[in-house]
Amino acid sequence: MADRLFTTAVYLLVILVIGALLWVIGDLVIGGLSRLSWSFLVEAPSDAGRAGGIAPILVSTLLILAVALAVALPLGLAVAVWLAEFTRPGRSAAQGIRLTLDVLAGVPSIVYGLFGHAFFSLVLGLRFSILSGGLTLACMILPLFVRTCESGLSAVDDGWRAGARALGMSRTSTVWHILLPAASPAILAGLMLGIGRATAETAALLFTSGYVDRMPGSLLDSGRALAVHIFELSMNVSGGDEAAYASAFVLILVIVALNLMAQLVTDRWLTRRIQRS
Amino acid sequence: MMGRFLPILLLALAVGPSTLAPASERVMLTGSSTVAPLALEIGKRFERLHPESRFEVQTGGSTRGVLDASSGMADIGMASRALKATEQDLTAHTIALDGIGIIVHQSNPVGELSREQIVAVFTGEIRNWQALGGPDRHITVVNKAEGRSTLELFLQHFGLRNSQIRAQVVIGDNQQGIKTVAGNPGAIGYVSIGAAESEQERGVAIRRLPLDGVPASVARVRDGSYPLARPLNLITRGDIPPRLKGFIDYARSAAVSDLVEGLYFVPLRP
Amino acid sequence: MFRSGLDHGRRYNADRLLAPLLRLSAAVGALLLLLVVGFLLYEAWPVLRGGGWQAFWRDEGWYPLEGLFGLMPMLWASLAAALGAVLLATPLGLASAIFLQFYAPPLPAKLFRLVLSLLAGIPSVIYGLWGLTVLVPLIGRLQPPGASLLAAVLVLTLMILPTVALTGAAALGAVPRAWLTGAEALGMSRKGLILGVALPAARSGIAGGVLLSIARALGETMAVLMVAGNVVQLPTGLFEPVRVLTANIALEMAYATDGHRAALFASGLLLTLLVLVLAIAAARVSRGEPRHG
Repeated sequence: MADRLFTTAVYLLVILVIGALLWVIGDLVIGGLSRLSWSFLVEAPSDAGRAGGIAPILVSTLLILAVALAVALPLGLAVAVWLAEFTRPGRSAAQGIRLTLDVLAGVPSIVYGLFGHAFFSLVLGLRFSILSGGLTLACMILPLFVRTCESGLSAVDDGWRAGARALGMSRTSTVWHILLPAASPAILAGLMLGIGRATAETAALLFTSGYVDRMPGSLLDSGRALAVHIFELSMNVSGGDEAAYASAFVLILVIVALNLMAQLVTDRWLTRRIQRS
Repeated sequence: MMGRFLPILLLALAVGPSTLAPASERVMLTGSSTVAPLALEIGKRFERLHPESRFEVQTGGSTRGVLDASSGMADIGMASRALKATEQDLTAHTIALDGIGIIVHQSNPVGELSREQIVAVFTGEIRNWQALGGPDRHITVVNKAEGRSTLELFLQHFGLRNSQIRAQVVIGDNQQGIKTVAGNPGAIGYVSIGAAESEQERGVAIRRLPLDGVPASVARVRDGSYPLARPLNLITRGDIPPRLKGFIDYARSAAVSDLVEGLYFVPLRP
Repeated sequence: MFRSGLDHGRRYNADRLLAPLLRLSAAVGALLLLLVVGFLLYEAWPVLRGGGWQAFWRDEGWYPLEGLFGLMPMLWASLAAALGAVLLATPLGLASAIFLQFYAPPLPAKLFRLVLSLLAGIPSVIYGLWGLTVLVPLIGRLQPPGASLLAAVLVLTLMILPTVALTGAAALGAVPRAWLTGAEALGMSRKGLILGVALPAARSGIAGGVLLSIARALGETMAVLMVAGNVVQLPTGLFEPVRVLTANIALEMAYATDGHRAALFASGLLLTLLVLVLAIAAARVSRGEPRHG
C-alpha cells in the first residue's frame, strides 16, 4: 500500500517536471516557429537581428563551447581522478581542493563575467574574443564537472582496482582503461550539465566574447553567443521577439544534438572497454 | 584517438587570419546598449561601401562608452545621453533622438495625466487608479534602475530625486519595462517612445500617455513639439582621424535615416 | 585499502608521470579559485579596508549615490529565493532521479534524461522572458504586482531542477548492485529499498548535487532580474517584489564608480563566502558515509 503511494508520488512529480518543460518549450515554439527555416540557420543576421539568420552566431557559440570543453574536460577529469584515486579520504589537501571547487561553483555568473573580462580580456590581452569567453566558461563548468566525475569514480567497486593490480596493470592503465569507462554514466551527467550551463550563460559572455555578430575568422575574434543574441533580441531591440524565440528553439536543438553525441561517445567508450575485459 | 587532434587543429585556427583588415582600418566602438544595434547596422552598411574598413561594436553602458573614448580604449564611444559638465573635453556627435514617454496598460481608461498627477503617482502619494478617474485598482509603479539616462531625464523633467520615487517594480531595459506594463493592468512606467509605439502597433497591450498635452509619438519628437527627448551620441576625443570622420559623417547623414527609423529612433535629417 | 598503493607507483613509467601531473591539475583548480577570489578582493578592497563593509548592516537602505550601502534586505532576498527554490527542486529532482534509476525502462529513461538536460540548457534569459510574459502576469492576477519573490523561486526551481535530478541519478546509479539485490533478497519493498538503502548510500552524491544547485540559485542573475521586481526591501511576503544581490550587481555595475563599485564587488564576495559555509556543511553531511569496497 505504502509502496503504491510512493510510486504514485514519484510519477506525479515526474509528470509535473515534464509538464513544466513542455510549457516553457511550447511557448518558445509557438513564439518562434514562423521565423524558423533553413535560411535562418545559414544566413547572417541583418536589421539588428530581426531579419536574416543566425549562422555566424551558431558558429561562434560552438567555438566558444569547444574551447570551454577542451579546457574543462581534461582538467576536470584530471582533478577528479586525483581526488578519487590519489588522495586519502580525510586528507586536508583533498578536502581543500573540494572546498575550493564548491566555492567556485558558488561564484555568481555575473562575477565570472567581470573576472573573465578583467583577467582573460585585459590582463592576458585576449580582449573581446571567443577564446576569452570560452576560458571564462571553462572556469564556470569546472566545479560541476569535477564533482560529478569524482563521485562516479569513487563509486567504482574496488574489486576492479584489485583485479587490475593482480593483472599487473599500471595505475595509468587502470584509470584509463577500467575506472574512467566504468564511471562514464557520471561523466556523461557532468558533461551534459556542463554543456547546458555553458550554452545557457549570458552575463559571463557579454563582456568576454562580446557583441559582434560577424562570422568569426579565428578564436581571437569577438563572436556573439546564441544566448547573448537571444538577450539582445528580446530585451534590447524592438520587434525582436520572434527571432529571439526562434533562436532559442535552435539553441534547444543544438543542446539535444550535443547531448545525444555525448551519450553516444560515452556509451561507445564504455562498451568498447568493458566488453573487452 | 582522433579527439586528440581536434585541440591542435583549433589552436591552429586560433592564430589564423584574425586580422582580415589592417589594424589602421579597424574601428572599435563601445558603450550604450541602446545605441549599439544602430551603430552595428550603420557600421555594416559603411563596410559595404568601404570594404577595407572593419567595425567592432561592444556594449557596456553609456558611462563605459564615455570612459573608453576618453582613455583611448575605444575609437568611438556610444552614449544615449548628452555629455556631462565633467566630460567637456570630449565631442558628442548626435546621430538620432529618442523620446521618453509614459505608458500604461491598454485596458486602462485613463486618457491623460497632468504633471502634478504624474509626480503624485511616482512618489507614492496616489496609490489607486480610482483617484485618477480609473477603476479600483492598485497602481504598480515601474521605475528604471539607477544610473540609466532614461531615469535621469525623467527625474530632471519632473524635478524629482530617485529616493523620492516609490516603485513596485524596478526594471533594467526598455523591453523589460514594456513587457512588465503589458502584463499588469494597473501598471504605469516610462520607456523610449519609439519602442513603445512599435510594440503597440504590433499588438502589445500598452498605451502611451501624452505629456504636457503633447501625444507621445515619434512624429512629435521629430517636429520638436514633444518635451522629453534624449540624444543618441557618438563620442570622440580630440582631433578626429579621417577614417573616423567619414564614418561619423555617414552616420549623421540621410543615407542611414531608414536604419534609424527601423530601430524606432528619430533621425536628425529625415 | 587500494588507495594506499601510492608508493607502488614507481614501478611503471607512466605512473611516475601520472601522480605529479594530476597533482598539478588540482593545483590549477586551486589557483583558479585564488585568482577569482583575489580579483574580488582586489576590487572590493576600498570598501573592505577600514571597516567600510560594516555599512552593509548598519546603513538604512541601499542608496549608493548618497553613500548608503545597507544591503541586508538584498541578502535576505537572495537567501529566501535560493532556499525556496531548493525546497521545491529537491523533492522534484529526487523523484526524477528515483524514476530514472528504479522505475523507468531504458528508452523512457533516455528520453527523460534528455528532457532534463534540455531544461538545464535553456538560457537564463529565456527563463526570464517566459517568467516575465507568462508567470508574472499569472501571479499578478492573484496579487499585484506579480513580479515577486514567488516568481523568482519558481523560475529558479526550474533552473536548478536538472542539476539535482541528474546528479542524484548518477549518485543512485553508483550504489553497488549487490546492496540492492541483497535488499530485494531480504524481501524489502521497492519503496523500502529506495528509501532505506539506495538514498542513504547515495547521500554524499545527492548532497553534492543539492549544494551545486544552491550555489547556482544564489549565483543566478539574469532570470531573477527579469521576474523578481528589483525593489530593495526585506522579503516580507512571497508576493512582494525583492532585489537579489546578483541582480543588483547586474543593474548597477555599469554605472558604479569607486566606493559604489567596490561595494558591489564586496556583495559578490559575500555570496561566495555564503557558498563556502554551505560547502563546509555539506562536507560534514557526507563525512559519515562509508566508502565502497
